[in-house]
Amino acid sequence: MTENTPKHILQRLMDNPWILLALGLAIPFISYTLWGWIELLQVPPAPLP
Amino acid sequence: MNAADITNPASPGNNPESNPYALNESSRARTCDTTKLPVCFDAQRFIRLNAVLAVVFLLVGGIAALLLALTRWQTVHLLPADWFYRILTLHGFNMLIFWILFFEVAILYFCCTSLINARLYSRKVAWVSFGMMAAGALMVNGIILAGKADVLLTSYLPLLAHPLFYLGIIFMAVGTLIGVFNFFATLFMARRHKTYEGSVPLVTFGATAAAIIAVVTLLHGAIVMIPTFTYSMGWTAQPDPMWYRMIWWGLGHMSQQVNVCAMVAVWYLVATLAVGAKPLNEAVCRSAFVLYILFINIASAHHLLVDPGVGATWKIWNTSYAMYLAVLASMIHGFTVPASVEVAMRTKGYIKGIFGWVANLPWRNPAFSAVVLSLVIFGFIGGITGVTLGTQQINIIAHNTLRIPGHFHATVVGGTTLAFMGLAYYVVPLIFRRDYIWRSAARIQPWIFAGGITLMSFGMSFAGSMGVARRTWDIDPAGAVYGPPAHVMLGLAGIGGSLAFIGLLLFVLLTVGTLLFGRNNTGRAMESWGEPRDIGDAASVARKTDKEEHKTPGTLVLVLIFLAVFAVYYFANWKALADVWPVR
Repeated sequence: MTENTPKHILQRLMDNPWILLALGLAIPFISYTLWGWIELLQVPPAPLP
Repeated sequence: MNAADITNPASPGNNPESNPYALNESSRARTCDTTKLPVCFDAQRFIRLNAVLAVVFLLVGGIAALLLALTRWQTVHLLPADWFYRILTLHGFNMLIFWILFFEVAILYFCCTSLINARLYSRKVAWVSFGMMAAGALMVNGIILAGKADVLLTSYLPLLAHPLFYLGIIFMAVGTLIGVFNFFATLFMARRHKTYEGSVPLVTFGATAAAIIAVVTLLHGAIVMIPTFTYSMGWTAQPDPMWYRMIWWGLGHMSQQVNVCAMVAVWYLVATLAVGAKPLNEAVCRSAFVLYILFINIASAHHLLVDPGVGATWKIWNTSYAMYLAVLASMIHGFTVPASVEVAMRTKGYIKGIFGWVANLPWRNPAFSAVVLSLVIFGFIGGITGVTLGTQQINIIAHNTLRIPGHFHATVVGGTTLAFMGLAYYVVPLIFRRDYIWRSAARIQPWIFAGGITLMSFGMSFAGSMGVARRTWDIDPAGAVYGPPAHVMLGLAGIGGSLAFIGLLLFVLLTVGTLLFGRNNTGRAMESWGEPRDIGDAASVARKTDKEEHKTPGTLVLVLIFLAVFAVYYFANWKALADVWPVR
């Protein structure tokens, strides 16, 4: 590949640790943490005597 | 060994004459006499410091492991109840956190300096990181041994430990995060100052993936530990226990995903060092690491599969559909690593039959045998059991039984720890510049450790299948609840644990003995562990390899065996689940 050949978008993604860091933070925080947190907030308080 | 196989330093001609960040132009670096890789003196110092402390904590955790194995072996039942839970807490922290994180920081410093021809970003930052990690680890160990933190690794609320316990964990997490920052800052400066050409090497890419996962992990640690610390001080109210469990597993399970990523990077590195293997397809291997970055962390939801506070959609999405993309990544690595070794061996002329290359692998090299055993144990035992136990329906017959430790001892110990031990057989000669003593013992050490941990994992898994709970001091508190088979399996786990401890102790003795008494190899190459030599005349080998280039029939057969075992185990568990509630 010469210097003038544009890089494939996936190659550019893999060469950019900052975008990978952002995606690596966003996906688990949304899928696991935020979604789970919202579900826990919706649990009604136990009707203790 | 050839440095060009794993790195791609910029040629001096393409760079400004004085590049302050390029190691090959720096006075603060040396050239490795064996690999010809540049070695940054600052990185070397902190690789040494982190590696030494890692081995110290490995020994502490290993002694604790022996005591636990001899307690859960019901016939021996060594420790009293209070000390069992105390030592279990100590074991968890030293093995799962301290040994692994110190060693991983050492790996990160190596991958961001020698492999991309860059000097470490900051010595001061590295000192702060190391100091905080060491202080945190000592704080946690001290408070556990003082009997003020018998709360196990998870320290689930409302169990409460001494505030120094939580402060120690925070120190450890922040210190590691600072070390990870040093890694990223080094990558940034290396890229800006063009110390390398093209993309970073695959091993550095794998280390970057591990570092990204570590950031997510450590942020969860901060989110959960800071309010727990303030609660333990009496400053704030108790955090909600369900919330605590969810965020804590963002620390506890995700930290094990850092291990997986670092372990895979080590597989590639040692395969290159031992047999000159090159990745079959860089794009595929890197894509697999990207799948780890994106999806492996959500597997933490496995631990909440029986929690009532989160719904089935959340559980199934996080433990199955999305997480299987990370499983796919592991299976890609599980294929590409042995396949790259097979291609390297066939290129050297070992083309006889499907498995002729296997017989000629450098089995006398403890680094190589450790990595092969790590791959087999991680894939065949840890991986298969992990995916099966993580299936929501099947999990109900395994949750909180000894099957879970049976699974993760195969991934974290048989997989990660064994791979790291293997890497040490190169780290000590190349970074500490001492040739290993007692090499015949070193050659069998990985086999002893792997054999022990496999036995232990089997014993735990089968005992767990019979309903034996994890984290339980006595399985017969109210008489003989479990039959003789469960006791036999606990005995097997005890024997396996003892054997693994012998392997671990041998590793520590060999490594410490080498640091004290090993022959200095400064000015010459390290004493070779033995590499497969090229056979046949060059022309015939070239002809044969041209014809067979990238053909990996042996690895394909191994993969098919793996998939068959996977299918049998998976469906056997569905059958076991069906037997729990027979439909008549």
